[in-house]
Amino acid sequence: MPWTPDQPLVSIKDVHKAFGNVEVLKGITMDVMKREVVCIIGPSGSGKSTLLRCVNALVPIERGSILVEGQEVNDPKLDKLALRRKVGMVFQQYNLFPHKTALENVMMAPIHVLKRDRKEVEAQARALIAKVRLTGKEASYPGELSGGQQQRIAIARSLAMNPDVMLFDEVTAALDPETVKGVLVTIRELAEDGMTCMIVTHEMGFAREVANRIYFTDGGVLVEHAPPKEFFANPKDARTRQFLNQII
Amino acid sequence: MALDLQPIWDCFRVLNETTGIKLTIFYDTFDRARFFNGFLTSVRLMAVCLVASVVIGVVGAWIQGSRLRVLRLVTQGYIQFFRNTPPLVQLYFFYFALGSYLKITSGNGIATPIVSNFTWAAICLSFYAGAFNVEIFRAGIEAVPRETLEAAESLGYSRLKAYAYVILPLAFRISLPALNNNLVNLIKTTTIAYAIAVPEMLYVANQIWSDESNVPEMMNVLLIVYVSLVGLLVWVMGRWERALTIPGYSPV
Amino acid sequence: MIANRSDFAVLKPFRLGARGPFRFTIWHGVALLAALAIAVGIGEAQAQAAAGKPGIVETILKWTPLLAQGFALNIAMSFMAMAIGTAVGVPLGLAQISLLPPVRTGSWFVTQFFRNSPWLVLLFYCMLLLPFELRIGNTIIPLPGWLKSTIGLSLPVMANVSELVRGAVRSIPFGQWEAAESVAMSRRQTLTMVILPQCIKRMTPPWMNLYAILTVATPLTSVVGVSEAMTLTGDILSSEARTELLVPMYLYLLLWFFIYCYPIARATLALEKRFAVK
Repeated sequence: MPWTPDQPLVSIKDVHKAFGNVEVLKGITMDVMKREVVCIIGPSGSGKSTLLRCVNALVPIERGSILVEGQEVNDPKLDKLALRRKVGMVFQQYNLFPHKTALENVMMAPIHVLKRDRKEVEAQARALIAKVRLTGKEASYPGELSGGQQQRIAIARSLAMNPDVMLFDEVTAALDPETVKGVLVTIRELAEDGMTCMIVTHEMGFAREVANRIYFTDGGVLVEHAPPKEFFANPKDARTRQFLNQII
Repeated sequence: MALDLQPIWDCFRVLNETTGIKLTIFYDTFDRARFFNGFLTSVRLMAVCLVASVVIGVVGAWIQGSRLRVLRLVTQGYIQFFRNTPPLVQLYFFYFALGSYLKITSGNGIATPIVSNFTWAAICLSFYAGAFNVEIFRAGIEAVPRETLEAAESLGYSRLKAYAYVILPLAFRISLPALNNNLVNLIKTTTIAYAIAVPEMLYVANQIWSDESNVPEMMNVLLIVYVSLVGLLVWVMGRWERALTIPGYSPV
Repeated sequence: MIANRSDFAVLKPFRLGARGPFRFTIWHGVALLAALAIAVGIGEAQAQAAAGKPGIVETILKWTPLLAQGFALNIAMSFMAMAIGTAVGVPLGLAQISLLPPVRTGSWFVTQFFRNSPWLVLLFYCMLLLPFELRIGNTIIPLPGWLKSTIGLSLPVMANVSELVRGAVRSIPFGQWEAAESVAMSRRQTLTMVILPQCIKRMTPPWMNLYAILTVATPLTSVVGVSEAMTLTGDILSSEARTELLVPMYLYLLLWFFIYCYPIARATLALEKRFAVK
């Protein structure tokens, strides 16, 4: 049945994933509505990054289902290209392509994958680079940019595919504190513009500001979730309280 | 349109008459032609080996990424064999030992080899350098982190396209210094074709100095020509390397 | 885990051949035995056809002592050439980083010249143009063929060692030079006490690699008439005059070199991993 905006954009149901003998996801269920910003927090090894990679079909799941705009991600006959046009992902290590300039990095996928017109793509790329406040750096190579600048170009690169939902995997974890702010501002602007976001992060202050809903995972299970005010003020589960005490 | 180079050749004749330096390859038409053909044969051998060894390297690196353990082991065996044994002995093995089996008896009862000595030299040298190239390309591909492939895939690139547009260009740039080093060594190694009587420059020079008894002159000419040829390749490779460097990235 | 990484290098370091720890697996022994068995098998089959001649294995074993002598000469030449080449190459490499422009340019030129020369041509050059004996004052030093070839081989070794040294010195972080200067060390002191000791570790794997290349190049001397393992193999084959002996004999010679060089290659890899500069 065709997907309509009143249904969740991303629907994750009872997802299980194991790497060899280690079970990383033990039955996660969550729904993300359109224009919703969701922050996933939790201790290291709780499966947060794996979950994001499952949504993007980078990692196959063993059990359960993930629906993105009504399309089952776990389907072996899945058109991966169609999925990746809807889902954009930004990584902790930016992973820009070092042999291309910043502008070329942003332009590459729309030209090679979407086969769009070059002039049109270039105009959009410049606009996106301006949006992440890096005008003037189009001709720089990733090796010549700072970490924070690279991360923002990575965000622009994912945006160039016009996704419906953006996944952020601990994107500020590899940056030093001053540059973290620049990236977080960019993400917040995106969220305010109405982009659906799933953000895995350690930045509690940021999560509190930007999220519509916070999900806490521990050991591959979803422990609790709530809107930020409620979540930080009244954590219900003991594990949540323990985690928050360590962080805040 | 024949350039009249006779005045140049005459200078060398004068040189011989005054100082006794005997550079017949310049003023003697027969020797000149001989040496020039030897030079061309050398260049031909070098060109064939350069291209073939790179192709072998690419194919071998691709096979080494295969999931079948048998294929990987066979390729590894090939690499270790060619790397740890003398290229001259390999050449003799191919030409004399294997070549002795590949003979056709022609009409008048004489057994002629199917594969010429030039071809054997080309085959042997290409596989020799190819073994090193496989390792070089493999190391280049492995130096590209898995996350880069992930990033390309999450942008919608299929496996094949990700390799073509992102991984391989990167791997190639990373391997270029080592590859250039290996190709330069290959060019220097082609001189061993002398041992199986391939009429390349060294062999022809040998014939000339046996005829004309001008060993020092020929040796010096040989050295200069070879060093210049190799130097030319080094320069071309250096420029190519500089053109392809990734700005801001300095390899360890 | 995928996400719990703290290295954010854009590209991983380029490592030739470093792939997992070395173990003597069954396949090594099987592969070696298989190659020899195939060759001997072919030979034996043909030997049985030509009646009245001794078997292949017998023949190979009969000639092994002679081959061993020849091989010993190969090894001896490789040691000598390596020693001479290193002894001359290290100062040459240091001259390349000299502060005096003529020294720098001169040594650069010498290095590049000998690096770009084919080894066989240098061998010919030395064999044909070096005198057969040296007269220094009243002493006469004979220069036999194998010694001239060894000198010929040591020339490219010298050039490669020079490049090695230069590369190793350049790879030491500039901070080391600054630190030494800030405690008022002279350039020579900096080199001998700070830079060169650190270089030795970096230079050892490529130096060992160079030795392996040199050893594998010693059969080239057979082309210029030195009686080493390769020449002797040729002599043996022509004296036996049996075509079925060709493949096994050459494989046998290849095996000798393989058994000598393969452990060196693995040891080099192990050292490289141990000394790996992150």
